[in-house]
Amino acid sequence: MVAAVRLRSAVALLGGFPVLAGASLDVRPGEVVLLQGANGAGKTSLLRTCAGLLPIVSGRAEVLGCDLTVDRRSVRRRVGLMGHATALYDDLTVEDNVRFAVRAAGGAVSAIDPALARLGLDGRLRSVHVARLSAGQRRRTALAALVARQPELWLLDEPHAGLDAEHRDLLDDIIRQAVAGGAAVLMASHERDRASALADRVLTVAGGLVLPPDPGAAAATGTGIETGAPDATPDVPSTDRGASDPGAARGAGISHPHVLEVSHVA
Amino acid sequence: MWRDAVLIAGKDLKIELRSRVATNQVAPFAIIVLVLFGFALDPDRTILQTAAPGLFWVAVLFCTLLAVQRSFAVEAADGAGDGLRMSGLDPAGIFLGKAAAIALELIGLEALLALGIVFLYGVALTGAALLFATAAAATVGLAACGTVYGVLAAGLRVRETLLPLLILPVVAPVLIGATQAWEAALGTSTDNGWKWVTLLGVFGVVYVTLGVLAFGTLLEEA
Repeated sequence: MVAAVRLRSAVALLGGFPVLAGASLDVRPGEVVLLQGANGAGKTSLLRTCAGLLPIVSGRAEVLGCDLTVDRRSVRRRVGLMGHATALYDDLTVEDNVRFAVRAAGGAVSAIDPALARLGLDGRLRSVHVARLSAGQRRRTALAALVARQPELWLLDEPHAGLDAEHRDLLDDIIRQAVAGGAAVLMASHERDRASALADRVLTVAGGLVLPPDPGAAAATGTGIETGAPDATPDVPSTDRGASDPGAARGAGISHPHVLEVSHVA
Repeated sequence: MWRDAVLIAGKDLKIELRSRVATNQVAPFAIIVLVLFGFALDPDRTILQTAAPGLFWVAVLFCTLLAVQRSFAVEAADGAGDGLRMSGLDPAGIFLGKAAAIALELIGLEALLALGIVFLYGVALTGAALLFATAAAATVGLAACGTVYGVLAAGLRVRETLLPLLILPVVAPVLIGATQAWEAALGTSTDNGWKWVTLLGVFGVVYVTLGVLAFGTLLEEA
């Protein structure tokens, strides 16, 4: 089975700054992985890297079988990213925005109406300009576009932010349904209780690295949720440096206090 | 690529129709520029009629700046640019679509400005074939060049002030060629206007080609 995400010692730069400093990560199809970590730890950068929005300067990165070090564009139609910004056009209506997103991604136009209905956007809101929507309604519109597109990999950055209780529950149902359909979900959230209930694994990101598992964490939480990286995959060469190896970043010619800080933390 | 271009052009034009920025802000701005030229140069229209082709195309250049800035401002708001990149659309299609939308807006503005120089400056429009051919070639060049430099400046915080600095020197050949061709069409010059149309055509082909080839890279860097 092709992994949804496979990063090995991936280094990504943003304006010369190593936002990913040798991150390693596996996400399998049908799996929900929650990323946790402090502000600025690299969660959003990790999601954007998986979306093909940040260039990999060192290491390996495959998403849905596409090698991101060779081609970052071809995977994008198969990936759905919902970040802090909703990526909507203010002067288009809710329906226009969803329709454009679906048509641009080559999705089925017939999926638009059911998606709008599911997110409660099929009534009056359907023809309202996005500029007039509340933050939660904008979020639901962006989510409707994702639902209609049905991506194979969902990248969700603080997906519950701005949603009321009813729509938070709806979002959880949507995520469960997507995963049941074989999609993979990688999300970052500070709402640990709610997000942990959805997640198969919880990983900690710090300083641009995915930290190695803490063996005692699952027992300590009592949730039964594994905390940390997945089991070592047999096809990974033993010479690959793991997620916690800050030397990977230094090997790419990067020396940054962020990395030193992580080695201290790890 | 063509499907993507139609999708992007349709989206951009729909945004303009809904927001009415072109009709409520850019068009009045264009007319105000013509009126100010009138105040500055000659109330009795003598100089204005002679200089009308140049003033017309200077006003078109100003409108081009506003149209290009607007075209990329909508992509900068609320992460829409990321959405565009995540769509997986062919970058060449995005370029052609955005350039086509800008070109259509410019054609509308040029029609308005043409009426403006007729009624404000008293210019008699003659040589219709040369006028239309010049307008078409110049508009393609301006839209393509503006789109290339628009995406180049899109990711910069100083894009509003940088864009005129990037575009205006580069489109100087369009200003010169279109002005010369219109002077020939209006009879204020004995020059052969069609050779200037050829120059405008070459400019347009160069920037359309450049945009098709380079837009993807520029969009990724934005």
